[in-house]
Amino acid sequence: MIRVEKLNKAFNGKPVLEDISVTFEAGKTNLIIGRSGSGKTVLLKSIVGLHEIDSGEIWYDEKLFSKLEFQEKKEIRKQIGMLFQGSALFDSRTVEENVRFPLDMFTDQTFEEKTERVNFCLDKVNIKNANSLFPSEISGGMKKRVAIARAIALNPKYLFCDEPNSGLDPLTAILIDELIKEITDEYSMTTIVNTHDMNSVMKIGEKIIFLSDGVKCWEGSNKEILDSDCTTLNDFVFANALAKQLRKSSL
Amino acid sequence: MVIRFLEQVGGYFILLKKVFSRPEKPYVYYKQTMHEMVFLGLNSIGIISIISFFMGAVITLQTAYNTENPIYPTYLIGLGCRDSILLEFSSTIAGLILAGKVGSSIASEIGTMRVTEQIDALETMGVNSASYLILPKIIATLLFNPVLTLISISVGIVGGWIAGTSAGVITSQDYIYGIQYAFIPYYVTYAIIKTLFFAFIIATVSAFHGYRIEGGSLEVGQASTKAVVHSSILILLFNVILTQLLLS
Repeated sequence: MIRVEKLNKAFNGKPVLEDISVTFEAGKTNLIIGRSGSGKTVLLKSIVGLHEIDSGEIWYDEKLFSKLEFQEKKEIRKQIGMLFQGSALFDSRTVEENVRFPLDMFTDQTFEEKTERVNFCLDKVNIKNANSLFPSEISGGMKKRVAIARAIALNPKYLFCDEPNSGLDPLTAILIDELIKEITDEYSMTTIVNTHDMNSVMKIGEKIIFLSDGVKCWEGSNKEILDSDCTTLNDFVFANALAKQLRKSSL
Repeated sequence: MVIRFLEQVGGYFILLKKVFSRPEKPYVYYKQTMHEMVFLGLNSIGIISIISFFMGAVITLQTAYNTENPIYPTYLIGLGCRDSILLEFSSTIAGLILAGKVGSSIASEIGTMRVTEQIDALETMGVNSASYLILPKIIATLLFNPVLTLISISVGIVGGWIAGTSAGVITSQDYIYGIQYAFIPYYVTYAIIKTLFFAFIIATVSAFHGYRIEGGSLEVGQASTKAVVHSSILILLFNVILTQLLLS
């Protein structure tokens, strides 16, 4: 479980996140949704410690992460897997070396044990016969899947995904969503996903928070989102023409 | 402007502190250092050799045309070529060339990793990204640049010999006598000491500019340019300081 209490963050005096309090539950796919520039990525990066917060608290289970020293934070970070918007695979390393990297850095496993784990993770995300390819030689969808494989290599307790579907076609996006959900359920991870894709929201959003201009406007599940009274949320949810039409006909 | 300069200097030393912290997995760092030795060192042998060859050739020809007076023995051409290469060209000029080649490569590599969130990925995993990315580059340049300097000295002297004898300004015998005449071994030590300082400047200043990038591809280009300019200026500055300290 990850708990955020009264988090505030500003850049050059301009507030980006204001008074955010939320609990992300373990074993669930927690979604942060909102328009571009609403502060989703800043919130996610603040939670993993890539941005220093101005005030507030971030708890990883019973540990107050935001107040820990560098070395203590490092220990928690070893339990974190993160999928970045652009995949962030290491260009100079092959697919296999990318997934092997956290194992090289943080385990004392033998080469064979690491190779077995790498192949297991790649198999999990349905990547076959691509071990020796470089990131520049694989598609965007494959990159995301390799990044997920790298993120789960150390069996993390917490999984963070920043816009996992951006730049992907709808079918591949669904596959990535299903993969994230499957991994979360299987390993009982605390998963936090940043997205503005309504398909993801409806498919995997067990817990959703909606951000607008750095403020948390709504919290609920995918079952409740369509019946919300929050007008900003409704504007976001029913933004596309098809959704608008469906809503009109249901009314 | 003064505050910005002080901020940069402060940021540079803070980064160095992060770089020289204890490595997580020495074996991984060792492998990375070997990779950097190939990438930053071995791959520079070609350009250093070509430039040194022509540098030696030009120094020999220029010395010859400036010492045409018969009171100067011709072997002085060889001596002049050797000392110019040893004292200045193979350390400082090679340093400036490497600031362009290696420096821009380091800044753009680290800068691209920054803008494509690869550095964030390392940090999220709990890896000290500054140390993992920069320390192997520093070690590789410190170990390999002196080798490059020695190659540059050798190729430069050979270049001078070939150019001098081909142009008929000096005989092979005189040239070889000249490069052996009044040889001071300390000059080689002096060149190596300068090279070590320059290697440290190139690796750390370039890495600093790459590591601090905020923005996109435009900033990567700008950081790369700044890395070359700042490294070159510092090399020239330290060249003066070290010459005064080591030769006075």
